[in-house]
Amino acid sequence: MPTYRPGPVSLVLAVLVALFLLLPLLAVIPVSLTPSRMLAMPSGELSLRHYRALIEDPRWIQSILLSIRIGVVSSAFSTVLALCFSLGVWMFQPRFTAALVGFVLLPMVVPPVVSAITLYFLLTSISGFSSFFGYDTWLGVAMAHAVMTVPFATVLILVSLSQLDRRIDLAARGLGATVWERATRIIMPNIKFGIITAALLSFVLSWEEIGVTLFITSVNAITLPRLMWMGLRDNIDPAIAALSVILIIITVLVLAVRSVVVRLRGAQ
Amino acid sequence: MRAYLSERMGAALLMAPLLLFLVLAYAWPFLGVVKWSFTLPTPGLGQYNALLTDDLVQSVFIRTLRIAAIVTVVSVAAAYAITVVWVRGTPAQRIIAEFCILVPFWISVLTRAFGWVALLSNRGLINTWLQGIGFISEPLALVRNEFGVIVGMTHFLIPFAVFPLASSMRSLDDRVLLAARGLGSSRMRTFWSVFVPMTRSGIIGSAMIVFVFSLGFFVTPAILGGGRSVMIAELIYLRIFQSPDWGLGAAISVVLVLFVGALMALLFRYVRPKQLI
Repeated sequence: MPTYRPGPVSLVLAVLVALFLLLPLLAVIPVSLTPSRMLAMPSGELSLRHYRALIEDPRWIQSILLSIRIGVVSSAFSTVLALCFSLGVWMFQPRFTAALVGFVLLPMVVPPVVSAITLYFLLTSISGFSSFFGYDTWLGVAMAHAVMTVPFATVLILVSLSQLDRRIDLAARGLGATVWERATRIIMPNIKFGIITAALLSFVLSWEEIGVTLFITSVNAITLPRLMWMGLRDNIDPAIAALSVILIIITVLVLAVRSVVVRLRGAQ
Repeated sequence: MRAYLSERMGAALLMAPLLLFLVLAYAWPFLGVVKWSFTLPTPGLGQYNALLTDDLVQSVFIRTLRIAAIVTVVSVAAAYAITVVWVRGTPAQRIIAEFCILVPFWISVLTRAFGWVALLSNRGLINTWLQGIGFISEPLALVRNEFGVIVGMTHFLIPFAVFPLASSMRSLDDRVLLAARGLGSSRMRTFWSVFVPMTRSGIIGSAMIVFVFSLGFFVTPAILGGGRSVMIAELIYLRIFQSPDWGLGAAISVVLVLFVGALMALLFRYVRPKQLI
């Protein structure tokens, strides 16, 4: 059957939009190579000094390690909570499911700035009686990130559960499997891919979270985006361009590998 | 009976941890913020009264609505153009379109805002180039104003606008389009009178998502607006951290949540949630 393809006008417009989407990502490349200490286009010679600054300045390394730690802890926490909740929804289909899922999704739909002021209230309240868990601590940031990422993890796991055949669970149940066995030996192996995706997405969302982090940190818990923000607001530091180029290259590589894997799986 | 009870227990035990976590770490502190809006600095409705009378707050609200409206129209139109190719192009066109949509989508908002600063600032790519060819003598003011904010937000939101549009275009029956062409309708006419009307739910969904996102947008306006084109979210930040007026910041947050809630309720009257993915 012939399909309806976009015509020349559509193609031209799409190319313009594609250029608009890629332009700012390409623009950081020349800026990252400038020999100047300020934001400028390189005139003549190129320099790698801003890349060197990323390695030599301990602040960048420290914030990268902190972001990884926060990302791993918050992603593990939110994936486990989201998995348990989704299993409960799928296996038992309790009453008020829609309302409960809606409640869980709130941090995703409420404007991030409102979530930020909410979590600021929470962490400053906790700070009143705990110094290692509260405002401007890494554990506090990890908890706040878990609040923000748990709706996304829940959506992903619920979507992969919705594609699962209920009859395999009914068969296990009929053969006398307990709830624990059904969950761990029947259901979870079948939604493995969804669980891993949920954990990865939670990590990435925490890794680049800035809106909430800005409200709940000041001098101690400086995550990578927080450090970039400081460099962007005060005087624009070209080291951010170097870092951006690295992050863009990683993103492109990961997406390329993913699309190859998806196509190979499809071919099998 | 025992089996029934253990089912109930199982559901409760599995679902309780997340619900408890969100009640303690999200719902309870949100009520705290609502309390701030009624008690700081003095108990009463003073902060909400200030919202209605304060000229600065009003102008920020109006600017936010204006920017959100412009960004919505531009983002949805641009997303539509690229989604058509992503969903209905040849296999090669699809791969390229997907790449152009997903790469920006996965890159952090800070990197993307920084890219626009690198392009638009006085010593950025565009001004350097235009001065280099002698087209202008003084750099154009492209950033630290509303223009920069609109460009940056549009760039951020196009990928989000793409997904609902793509889902409505995928579910569209090719035979209808081929029938229109077969009956002698031109490409343009088929597009405007058959294709576009059939993707209506996608257009509404994507416009709503973009509009709601733009209302609470913080990072891009703060960087590309350079403090001159303050939107609601930045105003909340300034009220909490710079001119400590927690009550007003809290009151603006409450109003913003109510407004977004009303918009979402309106959205779900027209579109089912599944159509948005």
